[in-house]
Amino acid sequence: MIVAVIALGLLAGASGLLLGFAAIRFKVEGDPMVEQIDAVLPQTQCGQCGYAGCRPYAEAIAAGEADINRCPPGGQNGIAALAELLGRDPKPLDPESGIEKPKMAAVIDEQSCIGCTLCIQACPVDAIVGAAKHMHTVIARECTGCELCLAPCPVDCIHMIPFAPSITTWKWTYPAVEVKAAA
Amino acid sequence: MSALFPFHGGLKTVRHKTESNQTPIQAGILPPRLTVPLRQHIGAIAKPLVQPGDRVLKGQMIGQPDGYISAAIHAPTSGVVSAVDQQPVPHPSGLSDLCVTIESDGEDRWIDREPVDYHRLHPSELRQTIRNAGVVGLGGAGFPSAVKLNLAGRSEPLATLMLNGAECEPWITCDDRLMRERAAEIVAGLQIMAHLLGPAEVLIGIEDDKPEAIAAMTAACAGTSYEVRPVPTRYPSGSVKQLVKLLTGRETPVDGLPVDVGVQCFNVATAYTVYRAIHCGEPVISRVVTVTGQVHRPGNLEVLIGTPFAELIKQCGGYRDGVERLIMGGPMMGFALHSDEAPVTKAANCLLAAGPAELAAELPVLPCIRCGACMDVCPANLLPQQLYWHARAKEFDQARDCHLFSCIECGCCSHVCPSHIPLVQYYRYAKNEIWAQEKEKQRAEQARQRHQARMERLEREKQEREAKLRQKAPVRTEVVPHLDPLISVPSPTKGEGSGQVG
Ligand code: SF4
Ligand code: SF4
Ligand code: SF4
Ligand code: SF4
Repeated sequence: MIVAVIALGLLAGASGLLLGFAAIRFKVEGDPMVEQIDAVLPQTQCGQCGYAGCRPYAEAIAAGEADINRCPPGGQNGIAALAELLGRDPKPLDPESGIEKPKMAAVIDEQSCIGCTLCIQACPVDAIVGAAKHMHTVIARECTGCELCLAPCPVDCIHMIPFAPSITTWKWTYPAVEVKAAA
Repeated sequence: MSALFPFHGGLKTVRHKTESNQTPIQAGILPPRLTVPLRQHIGAIAKPLVQPGDRVLKGQMIGQPDGYISAAIHAPTSGVVSAVDQQPVPHPSGLSDLCVTIESDGEDRWIDREPVDYHRLHPSELRQTIRNAGVVGLGGAGFPSAVKLNLAGRSEPLATLMLNGAECEPWITCDDRLMRERAAEIVAGLQIMAHLLGPAEVLIGIEDDKPEAIAAMTAACAGTSYEVRPVPTRYPSGSVKQLVKLLTGRETPVDGLPVDVGVQCFNVATAYTVYRAIHCGEPVISRVVTVTGQVHRPGNLEVLIGTPFAELIKQCGGYRDGVERLIMGGPMMGFALHSDEAPVTKAANCLLAAGPAELAAELPVLPCIRCGACMDVCPANLLPQQLYWHARAKEFDQARDCHLFSCIECGCCSHVCPSHIPLVQYYRYAKNEIWAQEKEKQRAEQARQRHQARMERLEREKQEREAKLRQKAPVRTEVVPHLDPLISVPSPTKGEGSGQVG
């Protein structure tokens, strides 16, 4: 078990390095507007906006083909950021594309996993590791919560779980004060 | 006496020191069960070294520092580990964190303690010993001291090593009592720090409402070049940047550290633990905690880390009537505990059982009248009113431009605001939001790169496949239709770039 964990860890680390390198080596020079829009999008790569990923959606917005309220993972804050960037008015999220949900991560039930690799093929960010016919695991740190791996799984062993509140992610909330009008 | 350089703003507060500083430090009782959090410091959480069922000795390392900015954690007494799991810890959220729970065997049996002669150690070995003893800033910050004792990479020698004995917050007296009773040990610890840092001067800042502590520390410094400098009693003189300004006149840059202006500063209690680590071979497993406010016998207790706060209250005679809140730290910068079952940590300097008299009455919040009182008291020289407008409107970029991150959350502004606006709450909220957004951005960027790399890999594989197909084209014409990849049943390896051909 330990060996497997270490092996996976090393694998994850190594692929991370490789990806970092690849990102620099194969950087696509593109339209600066698309770059800027893409930088605001959450990169969940879920396709709920109706495009094949965040970048295609960014291209569509830049081309004036898509509205700015189609990304559920980005939510209302994301729409506000896009509006700010493009000098437009924010608007509510288009319910056709989905609803805003708390961030979640996929977990594979390792007892039921048959090692079919279908989820690996579906994951847009290579967040799942495992070899054919062996148990697969989601690297929680890399999972964007896009849910694309759920449907292909033939034994329904992948579930989305919300991030548990922890000391390291806990935040002070907006002060709940009621301002009395001055007399 | 040398000149002082007053900092901007600050407050005269009601001291409330005599409630707890009239009696000597008492030894805390040995509780039957100790819950020791593995995160009691700034930096990475310590890695547990024990499992349920393990026997541990007092002083045995049970959590290993994980990385450079991290700290070791030790068993405060001997006994059996009953759990390594999530337990409530003292934190404003009231959430749990990873803790080692030890059932005490009542023997309190130590590991072999080995005092070391620090003059014979290489500086890096000495730092390692301090690191392995779990020494962190005991003034409340909890920053690993070994890191601050390493000046490698700085070209200039250190001008000033400073010891902070100001203890400016109302109610808290643990450093006062420690200085009165254990000045020689504190100075011995300071000598070790000076040995590592080689400063041009060593200054000890103590607020002038502690004449006994000043006298004791001055006596302990006799024969050394160390200077005790009484400073006027003015909150927050014990805040690092303000004390640096007071004693040296140097202004720490907005986004910098005191070491950037040649000063390294430690709390007196930290120096004491360095002494115990080196001269006694004892890691940090206890600390002095002020227990005050609405308890029957306020005072200072030297308690084991991991002792439930309720035990401290019990030892001080229990709660008096009308306790509304239990505060860890002082009334200005402390926070309310969710339960008195949470354990003492290295950062726990004070436990204040607050009743209506100790709590500022919650008055109705009125609109800001732009009076500027907040600006006049801000020791960080900020424009609290401006910060408030931006934080309230969630204009985080502007708040940051107004030096939000220089705010030390001292609470002076909220304290004087005639409109009773909880200003600090807004600043904390804004800081947390900015950090969270930053983390979110990093995650998104990582996902973007991984996605792009995947797309490139798929594209490359597709081309390779096509190239292979082209090579084998003559053979392919004979292939029976059901083997065509487009209509074959999904096979596990399909799309992964192998197996379709041949
Ligand atoms: S909906 Fe948002 S996160 Fe999902 S692919 Fe579209 S832009 Fe990306
Ligand atoms: S593991 Fe599943 S939910 Fe997570 S990023 Fe990959 S496909 Fe999406
Ligand atoms: S003290 Fe309060 S009312 Fe006065 S300017 Fe500051 S925030 Fe406004
Ligand atoms: S809490 Fe921040 S803004 Fe307010 S007085 Fe203190 S440093 Fe200044």
